[in-house]
Amino acid sequence: MRAALLIAAKDLRQRLRDRSAIMVAFVVPLGLAFVFDLTLGGISTQGTSFRYGVVDEDRSQISAVFVTEVLPAVQEGGAIRVRTVTSEAAGRRMVADGELTAMFVVPVGFGSAVEGSDAARIRVIGDVDEPTGTQVARSIASRFAADLNAVRVAVATVADPHETDPAELEGIVERAAALESPVEVADVTATTKELDMTTYYAAGMAVFFLFFTVQFGVASLLDERKDGTLSRLLAAPIGRGAILGGKLLTSFVIGTLSMATLIVATSLLLGADWGAPVGVALLVISGVLAAVGIMSIVATLAKTSEQAGNWQSIIAVVLGMLGGVFFPISQAPGILPTLSLVTPQAWFLRGLSDLAGDTGWTVVLPAVLAMLVIAAVTAAIASVRLDRMTRL
Amino acid sequence: MTPPVLECRELRKAFGDLVAVNGIGFSVAPGETYGLLGPNGAGKTTTISMIAGLLERDAGEVLLEGAPLTTSSVGAKSSIGYVPQDLAIYPDLTGRENLRFFGRLYAMTGDALTRRMDEVLRIVGLADRADDPTKEYSGGMKRRLNIGIGLLHRPRLLILDEPTVGVDPQSRNAILESVDRLSAAGMAVLYTTHYMEEAERLCDRVGIVDLGEMKAEGTRRELVGMVGERDEVLLALAGDVEAAAAACRALPSVHDVSTKDEHVELVVDEARRTLPAILEAVAGAGAAVRSVEVTEPDLEAVFLHLTGKALRD
Repeated sequence: MRAALLIAAKDLRQRLRDRSAIMVAFVVPLGLAFVFDLTLGGISTQGTSFRYGVVDEDRSQISAVFVTEVLPAVQEGGAIRVRTVTSEAAGRRMVADGELTAMFVVPVGFGSAVEGSDAARIRVIGDVDEPTGTQVARSIASRFAADLNAVRVAVATVADPHETDPAELEGIVERAAALESPVEVADVTATTKELDMTTYYAAGMAVFFLFFTVQFGVASLLDERKDGTLSRLLAAPIGRGAILGGKLLTSFVIGTLSMATLIVATSLLLGADWGAPVGVALLVISGVLAAVGIMSIVATLAKTSEQAGNWQSIIAVVLGMLGGVFFPISQAPGILPTLSLVTPQAWFLRGLSDLAGDTGWTVVLPAVLAMLVIAAVTAAIASVRLDRMTRL
Repeated sequence: MTPPVLECRELRKAFGDLVAVNGIGFSVAPGETYGLLGPNGAGKTTTISMIAGLLERDAGEVLLEGAPLTTSSVGAKSSIGYVPQDLAIYPDLTGRENLRFFGRLYAMTGDALTRRMDEVLRIVGLADRADDPTKEYSGGMKRRLNIGIGLLHRPRLLILDEPTVGVDPQSRNAILESVDRLSAAGMAVLYTTHYMEEAERLCDRVGIVDLGEMKAEGTRRELVGMVGERDEVLLALAGDVEAAAAACRALPSVHDVSTKDEHVELVVDEARRTLPAILEAVAGAGAAVRSVEVTEPDLEAVFLHLTGKALRD
């Protein structure tokens, strides 16, 4: 063990003097997380900045419900800001100028159409440059229309509006409108188990570059062979296991240090919220172990450290993309989300997402277990070949 | 008789169909410098790789101070100082850091390690550059540090694999002097080289290796004698050259005498021992000696005789 520690300490000293290693381990991932956050992080908060206008040309009792009750209720949720505009023309100009994301137009005759049998429409005029905000506006209007339609259907099934006493009819309408929907779709995953974009890209870049960072350990065995120092290590009174142990320990320490530094740096500089420290620590340790295992296999297949570096880079990029470090893979079509589960990156990000639900650190255990299984399997495969690397 | 530090018997190693070492065996006593002399590819490095426990052998035995040594003999390796042919140092560490790392691998610690490091740095002449990264060293300095690491832990057996390859004459001389001093201090040294001059200068005994086999072994004199080679003495004379030649011919250790102009050429046994008698005989014949040139048969000639090719072929 002492010899393994000596070799690891020597390797770490060498790595610390290697500027490219510092760049890959710390500077580049932090920089990219910053760039991603700067360019894409706004998407996550775009909902709070949707600016809507509304024109009530109908001025009926029903249109007033939309303008004074429905829209303010949504606004209270913080997703939108609504202002009244004087006319459709004025609203169109404001949309065109970018002052408004979209505007609702409740046309004349809307109320009577709802009460009658004609089709009633709320028009949504959106900014072509803000499709998401426009789509949200359409959804709000559609939801209101669906509610009205439900009431109309309910009333129509129990009474004929032309033959029923108006007071009785009004009572029926009020009772129908007061009914709660029997089915509410609550997007629990989206609202409680999703990383904000800043944290997502910070974590994504950290785990992506982790696979580059841990290369330095095992692949350095190839450097030792090339530089002739492997023969000197083999001539020393230490076991082959100590040499391998030292290399693996180097990878683990560099990987863990890199992740820890990036977690602290992105928290302080970018405001990333990684979650409960215990859960994050477990994810980091298991993620580093899995990365070391995978990269060790790749290193054992190479003949030179340059070849190992090239292959490891390819593997790191492929696994990174598949694991969703650049975009949320869970939103991808087909079998991609399932396929991503073979990667530690996907499990790492999934673990962090689970942790974002604030239900305690134990929620990361499935992800931790998955990464430890990957680490164990890859380490077993690598160990068979690693022993050959320490033979002349 | 002092037991040998190293004894190896019938070493054999093949890489596929290529038999790199076939039945090599020799021993090295304390304070002795033993040279393995042979051309590149003769099997010298493979032999010492097996001795140093780096390479599994197919057959044979290595005894270090009487104890068997294999690739997994961790403890026994403490007695060996290994200086590989390639520069086995870390270029981004300083000379001192390289020494400290390898010293610790040999369980050296604290003040004892620091003192020994300073001592070794003085021995190899790197004390003033000890704290510079070794990537800034010249080739000769790297070679000297390479040797310094090998002798840091005061090994009983120092194995040097072609330590002067690619070294400038000045550094080469410094290296050879270091090896001489270590041997004089009682260290057993196993030295491989394809430079005949180094083997002749350093080694008490030499094993001539070619194509993985030990062709001959012994002191330089024994090897030369083994192939029947004798020394040549060329005398430039003033006076009666023929009388001087006749006087020399009468000496028992002189085998052949020829004259040309004012020169007499003699073939003798051990010129250094015979020369006083020759000079006395020449003076007795009334001739004056203007110059003496002695040519001793070297290991190059022995190698040529044994293998039919030159060392550098």
